[in-house]
Parts: sequence; structure tokens; C-alpha cells
Amino acid sequence: MTPILIAEQVLNGLQSGVMLFLMAAGLTLIFGVMGLINLAHGSLYMVGAFAAAATAAVTGSFVLALVAALAAAAAAGALVERLVIRRLYDRDHLDQVLATFALILIFSEGTRWIFGSFPLYLDIPEALSGPVTLPGGIQYPLYRLFIIGMGLVVAALLFWLIARTRLGIRIRAGENDREMIAALGVDIARLYTLVFALGAALAGLAGALVGAIQSVQVGMGEPVLILAFVVIVIGGIGSIEGALVGAILVGLTDTLGGIFLPQIFGLFMEPAAATQTGAALASMAIYVLMAAVLAWKPTGLFGAKS
Amino acid sequence: MLKQLLASAALVACATAASAEVKVGLITTLSGGGAGLGIDTRDGFMLAIDEAGRDDLEVVVEDDQQKPDVAVQIADRMIQSDKVDLLTGIVWSNLAMAVVPSATAQGLFYLSTNAAPAQLAGRGCNANYFSVSYQNDNLHEAAGAYATSADFKNTFILAPNYPAGKDSLNGFKRFYEGELAGEIYTKLGQTDYAAEIAQIRASGADSVFFFLPGGMGISFLKQYADSGVDLPLVGPAFSFDQNILQAVGDAALGVKNTSSWNKDLENESNAHFVEAYLAKYDRLPSLYAAQGYDTALLLLSALEKAEITDKDAFRAALKEADFASVRGAFEFSPSHHPIQDIYVREVIKEGDILTNKIVGTAIEDRGHAYEDECKM
Repeated sequence: MTPILIAEQVLNGLQSGVMLFLMAAGLTLIFGVMGLINLAHGSLYMVGAFAAAATAAVTGSFVLALVAALAAAAAAGALVERLVIRRLYDRDHLDQVLATFALILIFSEGTRWIFGSFPLYLDIPEALSGPVTLPGGIQYPLYRLFIIGMGLVVAALLFWLIARTRLGIRIRAGENDREMIAALGVDIARLYTLVFALGAALAGLAGALVGAIQSVQVGMGEPVLILAFVVIVIGGIGSIEGALVGAILVGLTDTLGGIFLPQIFGLFMEPAAATQTGAALASMAIYVLMAAVLAWKPTGLFGAKS
Repeated sequence: MLKQLLASAALVACATAASAEVKVGLITTLSGGGAGLGIDTRDGFMLAIDEAGRDDLEVVVEDDQQKPDVAVQIADRMIQSDKVDLLTGIVWSNLAMAVVPSATAQGLFYLSTNAAPAQLAGRGCNANYFSVSYQNDNLHEAAGAYATSADFKNTFILAPNYPAGKDSLNGFKRFYEGELAGEIYTKLGQTDYAAEIAQIRASGADSVFFFLPGGMGISFLKQYADSGVDLPLVGPAFSFDQNILQAVGDAALGVKNTSSWNKDLENESNAHFVEAYLAKYDRLPSLYAAQGYDTALLLLSALEKAEITDKDAFRAALKEADFASVRGAFEFSPSHHPIQDIYVREVIKEGDILTNKIVGTAIEDRGHAYEDECKM
């Protein structure tokens, strides 16, 4: 286990954490402001990836593909909020879960109708492909560095938006007291659509960025969605800071656990048994982390005091 | 008098049996992320059925959504209310394990177009179960044999942490004679392999064997190509099949993979199959399509020889495997699994389309490792 390998794995953990943040930020905003559990958030991630792949195939431009992903996911989000989600705000969480689960199925089969059953092709742009050598002799793919940078920029923009703009004030007010800001004359319906579209756009952006190094296929959003829920529970529901810290914690735990646990078991077990036990425990690691955080702080790291 | 009555009743029964329709239930994955595999299976199967043009044969097709419980429900419905005589089409081993043992126990035939887990090849083998595809370990064994013949000395191996993944690494090790630089089980459905690729880079390996079917393989190959690690890759056909190669892109070019079939295999049946498939569906066939086509050919050949209601005769007819396989020479082992050659393919580009060409034979006349455990 060389320091270089450890540094590389920390970068990998950071990169997966930053992508998780883009997913979790939207999820936590939507839950915080509207009190809605949106299981279909993973579908918006998929919409972003498919829009990017389709646009890249036609235009050949990665920048346009990212723009298309943002636009398509935001549009899909706004549309879904107007048509379906709007009717769910006053219902209990079980109804919301049922309805948004139905949306997952509709999105998945709809995507399959339009794009067919075979995975789509979306590649890293030429300028960002290949590895670069970092100080210390670490070889690391440039595109992953780009993802980390992109994620941090989006995080900074989001913090600025929430903390410094009029829209941000309304969002924070909406989290605190929905009736009161409606009474103050804020168009709450428009605010909800806007927040939902913003969350959707972030998910779509994550889908497009990750789609270039993974497989653009139907159902790609659901595994990420589960992790994103873990993130917002760890971070504290409704908190953007919590989503960022939680995402990076989960990303690091997941990546480093997968590497180091099998090796720790390898010290005193047969290699084959060690890999199997290690791999099994590694896939539990983030849930153990979640349980530990909840035992220590029941509302999450940055959650409101209950 | 009684004897005469019985005899005539038996005759009538025979006559109705002769004119009765044969009903086949095709359960496969037609929705969700794994739909591509099931659609190819169905299209290959139906191509042969349509070509045969038998109007006494009906195929009922249902989507299992890649879920074992759904597959079991469909199988029960097909057996009890559709009254099918034979089931086929399941892609995934976990679904096959949920459906096949109970179907064969009820006296139905099951012809496997793909999934062929070790449990059904060894102790759990059944007279009514025929695997037309392979035994699950075969392509991995062939990859091990190839790695040995390519003089790989220090291979890094990885597969997902589920039964077929463990079978895969065991199959590889069965025929691989070099050292292992590392052995990793990844999460099933994992899409980011940066951590594993970093380990491969640090391990000092001279080559990499991986079994990552479907989307997992697409992710791995793209990330591997972008990582700057430049070791030779080898794997079973699943990550290089026609249905996913276009999504992998140039990252797959030149990679060696093992398969029991390829579109350039030289035999009359294969040439016809590739051409007819392309004409009918406007895309190149995959391994799943070829296996589906072969399964239908086997079924048709047995129907020519025996009534499906006469189980013993029909079983014997199946066992003869008297059909022109797109894989060339084909016969069944005593446990009803194929004995066939497994080839090494290389990913190439034909015009704009990524596809495979055969570059050698990895193992000849391979049966499977569990033959002795099968008491039939």
C-alpha cells in the first residue's frame, strides 16, 4: 500500500462524493422546501444522461451535451411538478412514495420507447481524455479532475444562490414556514416549480457528467438514488451543507472501504475468503456510517434540532 | 369388449395428441436495464420459429422484468392456465434457479437459451432440462485457457460479488496456470471502477481478466481506457457482445474475449442466420440472439421426430440434437449440456460498426466441470 495509491483512492472518493452531492442537493432541497419524498429523482439523472448522449451523437459537442442535459432535466422536472407532484404536497409520505415510484416506471419505459433497449454511447471529450501526472507522480484521469472541479464550482454557486440571492431567501423561508411566506405574497406555486426544476437540473448535470465514463442505460439512476438518500440522512434533511459533507463522507467511505477492508482481512485470512468478507463488509460500510451518525446525531450532522 | 373400448379410447387420445397445438412459453427480460439481452434472445428464437412456418406451434412471450418473483408468477401462469408444454428464454441465472427446478419437477421441458448455473449442471441436473447455450463456467474457463496460451504470468482478476461472479473466477482459475496479481469482488451493479483500476495499476500485473456483464462492463472499459493503464484485457463475451459494443466505443478495440459463437463462424447455418437476422431486425445478431435461434432450431428438430406429449420420445429427440447449429458441430453431454468449441475473439471495427472477429480457438470440445456430479 503505497502513499501514491492512497492519494489516488482519496481522489476517487472525493470525485464520487462530489457527484453524489449534485444528486443529493436537489433531493434535500425538494424535501426541505416542499416536504416531498421524490423517488423519481434518479429518473431525472437518467434523463440528463440520455439527453446528453443524444445531443453529443448529433452535434459532437460535449458542452452542448451538458447544456442539453441541464435543460432537459429541468424541463422534465418542471413538467412533472406541474402535472403530478403539485397534487401530492398535502398528502402523506406514503402517497408521495407511491406516486413518485410510479414516475420511475413511467420514465424508464418512456426512455426505452424513445431510445430503445440498448445502452447509448457518450464519451469523454477529446480535450479531457487520458491521464495527467499530478505532483508526487500520481497518474490520474483528467476527466475525473474536471468532474471534481465542476462539482465544487456548482456547490459554490449553490451556496451563493441560497445565502445571497432573493430566491435563496425565499427558499430558506419556505423551509421554515410555508404558510407564512405564502401569506407574505410570495407565489408559492412558482417557487415550488422553480426549486423542483433546479433540483432536477442538478441531477441531470450529474447524469451527463457521469454518463461519459459509465453506461448510459435505462435504470442507471436508481443505485445513485439510494446513495443520495443515505447522504441526505447523514447530512441532515434539508441542509445543503449537510448534503455536501455527507456526500463526501459517503464517497470516501465507499471507495476507501472497498479497497482497505479486504486488505485488512487479508492480514489474517485466506486471500479468497478475505476478498469475499471484505467485499461484503465494504458494501455495508456506508450504512454502518449512517447508523453511527444517527446514533450520535439523530437529525443528521447539520439537521435542524427536533 | 372392455379391451376394445380402452383401445379405441387410446386411439382417440393419440389422434387428438397428434393434431394438438404445441405451446411454448418464452420468459425473458423485455423491460428495464437488461432488456437488450432478452430482446435479442426473443428475436433470435422467433426468427427460427417464423422461418419454420409451422401453424401448429404457438409461442407465448412474457416479460420477467429481470425479477425472480415475476418470473415464477409467469411460469406458474403459463403452466397452469396457458398449458404450455415447454419453457425457455430466461437470461439470468438467479431467475433460472427460481423457475427451472419447479417446472421440470412438474414434467415440463426447459430449454435454456442462456442461463446455465452450476447447480443445474451437477447435482441438480434433470432429464427434462437442456442447456443449449453452455454451462456458465465455459467462457471463463476459455479465458483462463487463453491467458495461459498467451503466456500471461501475473493476471489481475475481478468479477461482481454474486454467484455467477464467483463461478466466473473459479472457471478462469481452473484453466489458468500463471500467478494471480490480485483478485477482487466488486459490488453487483457497481458503475465506478476508479478504485479497482488504481489497484490494478499498483499491483504489478501483466494482464487483466474481468467478468462484468452489461452496463458494468461498459463503465469499466471506458474508465480503463481513460486511465492510462495499458495492460492486455481478456474477458468472456458478455462485455463485448454486439448489443453493447457500440455503447463502449473505441475503448473496446483490440480486446480479446471468449465466446461459443461469432458472426464470422464459417458454416451454412450461421451465414444464413446472420443475413436473415440483419434483414429482419436491421441490426447484427448477438450471442444471445444466436443462442435463441439455436434453441428454436433444436425444438423444431425434436418436434419433427416426436410428439411433445410423448415425453420419452421427445426427450430422446432433443438429446440427438439433430439440427444445424449456427455454432457448427454441436452435441449434448450426458447431463444435457453442450460439448462445443470455445473461441477467442478480438474487437475490431467494420466501417463505423464495432464488432468481433474470431482469432483462435481457446478450448476444443469442452463439456463442463460438474458432469460427474450429475446422476440422471
